[in-house]
Amino acid sequence: MAERNALRELSNAVCIVGVDESDEIGTLPHKSQLALHLEAITNAVRDAGLKISDVDGIFTAGQHSPALLGEALGITPRYVDGTSVGGCSFMILVEHAVAALHHHLCNVAVVSHGESGRSGVGVTRSRDTSLSGQYEIPYGFGAAPTYFGLITTRHMHEYGTTLEQWAQVAVSTRAWAALNPKAMYRDPLTIADVLNARPICYPFTILNICLVTDAGGAVVLTRADRAQDCAKRPVYVRGTGEGTEHVSVTQMKGLPLSEATRISGQRAFAMADVTHSDFDHIMLYDAFTSGPPIMLESLGFAKPGEGVLFFENGKSTPGGSLPINTNGGGLSYTHSGMYGVFPIIEATRQQRGECGARQVPNAKLSLVNGMGGMLSAAGTLVLSHEK
Amino acid sequence: METERPIPQPITPESKPYWDGMKEGKLMLPKCQDCGKVHFYPRVFCPHCHSKNLTWVQGSGKGKLYSFEILYRPFNRAVKVPPPYVLAMIELEEGPRMLSNLVNVEPDPKVIQCDMLVEIVFSKLTDDMTIPLFQPAR
Repeated sequence: MAERNALRELSNAVCIVGVDESDEIGTLPHKSQLALHLEAITNAVRDAGLKISDVDGIFTAGQHSPALLGEALGITPRYVDGTSVGGCSFMILVEHAVAALHHHLCNVAVVSHGESGRSGVGVTRSRDTSLSGQYEIPYGFGAAPTYFGLITTRHMHEYGTTLEQWAQVAVSTRAWAALNPKAMYRDPLTIADVLNARPICYPFTILNICLVTDAGGAVVLTRADRAQDCAKRPVYVRGTGEGTEHVSVTQMKGLPLSEATRISGQRAFAMADVTHSDFDHIMLYDAFTSGPPIMLESLGFAKPGEGVLFFENGKSTPGGSLPINTNGGGLSYTHSGMYGVFPIIEATRQQRGECGARQVPNAKLSLVNGMGGMLSAAGTLVLSHEK
Repeated sequence: METERPIPQPITPESKPYWDGMKEGKLMLPKCQDCGKVHFYPRVFCPHCHSKNLTWVQGSGKGKLYSFEILYRPFNRAVKVPPPYVLAMIELEEGPRMLSNLVNVEPDPKVIQCDMLVEIVFSKLTDDMTIPLFQPAR
């Protein structure tokens, strides 16, 4: 009970007041990774009606440290967080920002991302590879599809899911992308297109796998009282959750479901005091077509094996009762490498009613759920324009 | 010397008995003497009960194909095995799972099934390095 009350205290304490991408997203060989990142921050701060000098909390994941961003922006943040556990780090950083803002450790927080994932302008790689170097790389593992495919094949074995059903996720997501002017690919797609596309790694063809783009994105947050003075309608952070389970897929206990996702969702729902049927809009990290159905199952929206039905029966496609991935997702809109900031941006825009042709009518409650690595880490947000 | 695959590296101290075993054609696995569970990859303590009271046991080399993929387009050019080939997650008889390749099999999803029985094949990369591959159980 004490835990529940403490969680409830955080619900609605903080609002998202600004969101935006970098000036452009897509294939950008003329723009450095740092430039993408700084553009996103300045655009999101402008969207909030605030000044860069108002920012005193920097939350980021990936190759840029918060200290570097503070320096580049010419500010001296008094709260920094560089938690980096994969693409969902940005959902997790929102949770950390909520706690920090609530306790007045900072007043205006920016959660930000910039990645020259396609063009690699200003990028070098350096990481501990002792485990993958010994146990994975010699066999041909390494790229994300070589791991996520294992989870996907096992799902097919346990629940009878089919290649056609995974393909339906790509088709549905492309239909949403057709309604988003910022999406990279907007032409309609059929199941046959997905099945007959270039095979990469069974069970995936190229159209089961996300894009690789250059992009930045940022989210500005402040306490609810101050949010009322910002430029746009505030979007309340009603619930947050996070968790990590593993790094290597061999260590995943509940394969093909995700324990990190389950515990992350559980806390977000408890903090927000909501249940599955309350949502009218969902954003799920779609690095692969099998990701969103497995997340729906891990979060308890569907029984194991039935997440694909949301896409198959039209429930989550344009015109359906529970839209999923309305920006066109990592599959068709953009995916710079660590995609997690973009679903937060889209959910905020949906809650503000800014989405034009793809607007979910009367959207009141959005779920945002991301994964890091191979369902290794998770971050979940419950967002609403209502308290 | 050019090898068919990248040599496993860097060999960490806690993994050395495993790689030494490979060289002798033995699958050596770390086992906890307190809770009795075998784990993989090797760690400085048991991931199940966190005891440091570990020993090494020889695995049977038998297990099942927990999951698989068929790689049509290599992501890493240092792996010179001609595609398509099978990426495999093996569940060893002793419990833990490991990644490897399934060899001596048609790389066809109609032929390969999750949970099929497999056995180890020791594959020598250099005089100093042998790695475990798996094939359908005979």
